[in-house]
Amino acid sequence: MSKTYFDETHCAIGHPKSTFMQWMLTVDHKRIGIMYAAVMFTFFFVAVFTALAMRIELFSPGGQIMDGDTFNQAFTLHGVIMIFLFIIPGIPAIFGNIVMPLMIGAKDVSFPRLNWATFWLYILGCIIALSSLFIGEGVADTGWTFYAPYSMNTDTNVIMALVAAFVLGFASILTGLNFLVTIHRLRAPGMTFFKMPLFVWGIYATAWIQLLATPVVGITLILAILEKYFGIGIFDPAKGGDPVLFQHLFWIYSHPAVYLMILPAFGIMSEIIPTFSRKEIFGYRTIALSSASIAGIGYLVWGHHLYTSGMSDTAKTVFSFLTFFVAIPTGVKFYDWIATMYQGKIVLSTPMIWALGTIITFAIGGITGITITMIGLDIHLQDTYYTVAHFHYAILGGVVFLMFAGMHYWFPLITGKLYNETQAKIAFYLQFVGFNLLWFPMFIAGYYGMPRRYFDYLPEFQIYHQISFFGAIIFITGLIYMFVVFYKGWTKGEASTPNPWNATTLEWHLPTSPPPLENHSKVPYVDFEPYEYKNGEPVVKFDYETMRRID
Amino acid sequence: MSHEYVPEIATDREGNEYEVQGWQGDFYAGKLGFWLFMLTEVMMFGAMFLALAYYNTLHPQDFLDASASLNRVLGGTNTVILLISALTMGLGFLKMRTGDVKGAKLMIWATILLAIIFLVIKGFEWRAEYNHGIFLLHDQLLPESSLPFGQKLFFGLYFTMTGLHGVHIIIGIGLMLWLLQRINADKVTPEHHIFHLNIALYWDIVHLIWVFVFPYYYMIGAGGATGGH
Repeated sequence: MSKTYFDETHCAIGHPKSTFMQWMLTVDHKRIGIMYAAVMFTFFFVAVFTALAMRIELFSPGGQIMDGDTFNQAFTLHGVIMIFLFIIPGIPAIFGNIVMPLMIGAKDVSFPRLNWATFWLYILGCIIALSSLFIGEGVADTGWTFYAPYSMNTDTNVIMALVAAFVLGFASILTGLNFLVTIHRLRAPGMTFFKMPLFVWGIYATAWIQLLATPVVGITLILAILEKYFGIGIFDPAKGGDPVLFQHLFWIYSHPAVYLMILPAFGIMSEIIPTFSRKEIFGYRTIALSSASIAGIGYLVWGHHLYTSGMSDTAKTVFSFLTFFVAIPTGVKFYDWIATMYQGKIVLSTPMIWALGTIITFAIGGITGITITMIGLDIHLQDTYYTVAHFHYAILGGVVFLMFAGMHYWFPLITGKLYNETQAKIAFYLQFVGFNLLWFPMFIAGYYGMPRRYFDYLPEFQIYHQISFFGAIIFITGLIYMFVVFYKGWTKGEASTPNPWNATTLEWHLPTSPPPLENHSKVPYVDFEPYEYKNGEPVVKFDYETMRRID
Repeated sequence: MSHEYVPEIATDREGNEYEVQGWQGDFYAGKLGFWLFMLTEVMMFGAMFLALAYYNTLHPQDFLDASASLNRVLGGTNTVILLISALTMGLGFLKMRTGDVKGAKLMIWATILLAIIFLVIKGFEWRAEYNHGIFLLHDQLLPESSLPFGQKLFFGLYFTMTGLHGVHIIIGIGLMLWLLQRINADKVTPEHHIFHLNIALYWDIVHLIWVFVFPYYYMIGAGGATGGH
């Protein structure tokens, strides 16, 4: 039996004998991606259970299991972990690492050792973030946005969170840089930009955001640290500083960061939809270019977070107008996906039903986003559960759902095993139903005025919180069950063939499953479109020894 | 990892052969990667210039007054020193490329020396400001002092930006020492000089940032100036 990347690896320093050290020092992009996944999902569950604790607290009015200050720390911890440790680095670090080089026919990323160092920088950031749990006054209680001036005055460990966010941001920059260079330099001969799979386009647009927006938040966090400990005055009204400037600088990064999360997720969608419709994707170029234009327009809309913070009416109107524009390329993608399915031979495998479910949940998340783009409506709904629900529909119902779709899609590639389809589908339905029960009532509660970040509420909101609670229980049950299905698949599942889905892109044309250490046995010449199907069958076929086309 | 890299060949259906670009020894990848990294530096200092410009429009007169009190002789000297150091760095790289390793090393040492002189002069400047009661967490920059808001913000940002620039100079010195060690170990050679190129690029960014910092802090108030302290 031939060796896979689980059996052998290249290391950054020397070549240790122990398997453990080989994993710690590995420069193989596939192994690094798996390590990211392991760490990120550990943190994901920490944040999920923090959220569950908040739901229990909110089960009925008054204090249940925690006081107001602890509740503030709980939602900060939930936000910091979910945003900075999990969802921003998430898809690029996991699937960008594992799949992107395979898709373009490369042996690895351009700077494998930098990739290794970046992983450990990420771990350093995680350690700093977590250490605030056990040191001094505990986790920051500012919310994940660290708004001045409160973050300048609180005694909790804001500095830990700021430094952690800076280090994680640096890791994110280096990941983006590595991917940009990889995509520019290491595409297989013949693969022009418009022959790249759409996931690679998503990663490419994302990498530009990582590279250009993250430094702005990095310096903002440094300025906040300097303000807090050296009193430079920049955000401190007592010295003439302007706290709203912090919000501007923060959102100049953090709004593009939302697109940084969603673009690679849209990339996953664009892989799954044509594969399981057995049909060429509709409007390849419009999807590719809409990724690029979302990345571009995304820079110009940060002001819509500041409608109630004090901004001129002219600026508000301009930002509102620009924000509507983001919906256009997003809408283009949606219509392209739906048009792809039209007259296709749709196969309802688990990745496909995750993608279809996401079309529903993300459409709700996206359209409710359009409503709060309108200035007047936003002043009513700002800082209410409506905004919370919108955000979670877009990010959990969009990004994370598509990440799960990607996990089901690439699971056979990464592990060489198949999971149980029926059980995976049950996990999907549990999560889909639980998700909607959990968040949909919040739209109504928010519309009637339930403010976010409160640990207590008026009795008339109780019904919404209780429906949410039961939704949360169903959702978490489905979530855990999904990982159980994965675990059972990996340990006891059937062996998979290299191309179980009849997909067309290069990551499915590997000699073995899981892939060998240096990926394709030979680099193919790419003279075909990424999604070529004819009568429901892939057009392009390779001889996996020589990687020459045999169709 | 140090196995010899042989470029692969990809073959199309007609049997034409194409050379495959690997990640090993990819000169242009190293160059592109470092240019992109320098772009992040620009974005980082750009955000600080944005804050600076914002407060300048709020307090134009305070900014001119505060700027007038900076020492243009020392600041100007430092600008000249940094520009000369950029020249020595560039010459060093040209010498490396033409094969004059010894001359290249000499030029790197000259750059390091100039960088140290820059830091020393900067130190004198900061000390003089400290003696005038202007320093972070000190005297005039405390919330309760009567210094106008605009001046407090000017000096707060002044110490932040010149301080961060100074950190970049220190990192640059470290990188140049590392470069010298790599040259001595024969890892950087006239044929394989990407590391040298990137450090020269880094040094260019460091002096380029200063070329913007200097006029915005020192020169805007020069019209009403009576000379430095």
